[in-house]
Amino acid sequence: MLIRKTGAHPILSSEITPRTVYERRREFIRTAAAAALLPAAGGVHAGRADQAAPRAALATRPSPLSTDEPRTSWEDVTGYNNFFEFGTGKSDPAANAHRLRTRPWTVSIEGAVAKPGVYDIDKLLGLAPLEERVYRMRCVEGWSMVIPWVGYSLAELIRRVEPLGDARYIEYVTLADEQQMPGVRSPVLVWPYVEGLRMDEAMHPLTLLTFGLYGEALPNQNGAPVRIVVPWKYGFKSGKSVVAIRFVEKQPMTTWHIAAPREYGFYSNVNPEVAHPRWSQATERRIGEDGFFTRKRKTLMFNGYADQVASLYAGMDLRRYY
Amino acid sequence: MRARGLARAGQPAAPGGADGARRRSQDWLGPVRAAVFVASLLPLCRLVVLGMTGGLGANPVEFVTRSLGTWTLVFLCLTLAVSPARWLGAPPAIVRLRRMLGLYAFFYGSLHFLLYIWLDQWFDWRAVAADIAERPFITAGFAAWLLMVPLAITSNRFAIRRLGSRWQRLHRLVYLLVPLGVLHFWWHKAGKNDIGEPAVYAAIVAVLLAVRIVRRIVAARRA
Repeated sequence: MLIRKTGAHPILSSEITPRTVYERRREFIRTAAAAALLPAAGGVHAGRADQAAPRAALATRPSPLSTDEPRTSWEDVTGYNNFFEFGTGKSDPAANAHRLRTRPWTVSIEGAVAKPGVYDIDKLLGLAPLEERVYRMRCVEGWSMVIPWVGYSLAELIRRVEPLGDARYIEYVTLADEQQMPGVRSPVLVWPYVEGLRMDEAMHPLTLLTFGLYGEALPNQNGAPVRIVVPWKYGFKSGKSVVAIRFVEKQPMTTWHIAAPREYGFYSNVNPEVAHPRWSQATERRIGEDGFFTRKRKTLMFNGYADQVASLYAGMDLRRYY
Repeated sequence: MRARGLARAGQPAAPGGADGARRRSQDWLGPVRAAVFVASLLPLCRLVVLGMTGGLGANPVEFVTRSLGTWTLVFLCLTLAVSPARWLGAPPAIVRLRRMLGLYAFFYGSLHFLLYIWLDQWFDWRAVAADIAERPFITAGFAAWLLMVPLAITSNRFAIRRLGSRWQRLHRLVYLLVPLGVLHFWWHKAGKNDIGEPAVYAAIVAVLLAVRIVRRIVAARRA
């Protein structure tokens, strides 16, 4: 079993990287990368990512919901991104996201809740204890990563704003500012980027309101300063740089569903048995870990989180509700 | 014209002194041909160098597969550009580069297809067959590659002689397969609404085909 169950396997102290070593990890990676040879993409990614101002370290506690699979390197997690607001190329976000200003930042809570309002990012950060959640991330394009996110369950926020009876879905809206995000000028998608979840999905403990990764505040290209991560769904459901969360009665029209309804459904649960119209979803390539000549690995139902989430979809035809 | 160009490429050099202009054009043809041959290998060398230096990014297989696909289209466009370049006043001998450019298109296209079969599908022939049957963008790409096979096989002197006038008709398949290649790229990107790059290739191919049609119409009016 890949997922640690609560309490069953406490983390051995021998498994924890000493803080001094951990704090020098990027220096280590950089040295290793330089040794592996200078030119081209890898070096560029690392350079760009590190030019930004130093990010705040976040105090976290470990979570039983974390996987112990090897983590994808910082360079790959921050250098290979889909974030169309900064361009459609995988390295565009790392190159362009330095324009994003993440302070001041507010998240507006709207719709069917008893306590709507505008929440300051720093207030949100302190709302509940931050946890490190190491999740698998499966992109709809057929690649995957293992990412140590930092955040707390979205349910913590939802409970505090007290959803009303007709709040059956949430939709989260992400920033769309031409000044900061050059990609928004391009008509590839209808802006702003909107994603959504059914209320029981949003309340599921795995659904993470995310502020950081690798123990630090989120780099801009990964959706700073706050994003949502839903690990059993394809990556595009995990909206970045969230500015509003709305509680609504009807199933939201989500951005990719509007762009290509046959290709991207509202649910978009990771499902090896339901192919994307243009490729099979049965296998995936783990970024950084799988070598050039490595056979792709099998994709797991609900991205390996079936034990925790399959019950949410009991009785549903997942071919129809893809 | 196409058949004549390639057929001539296969014939021995004209006897000395018979045609001074032609002779001169052949003086530079040898080095140019060698230079084009070497230059055409550079895209592959680049990938090998990047591979050895960790420069292929986070998803090396995708990077290499896409790069090979792009270069296939580039060489197809170059192949189609030879005749128009000639009409625009380029030395007639440039048609002798066309076979090499066409074979390089086949070379990069075959590597592109091989990488898909090997690294993406791991020789799961049933999955490959299902992909080709069910996914229009793969159907188009496969069809384009398949149509290149007979052209590559019959690109030698022997086949040109043997097929005679049928050779030219056969090689008109290029006008079908190049648009199929562009369609493959277009459909691949269309799902993500990211058609900027395919649109560039579509425009280039459209121009290269349009000049042929215009030329035919003009020739027919004159006749």
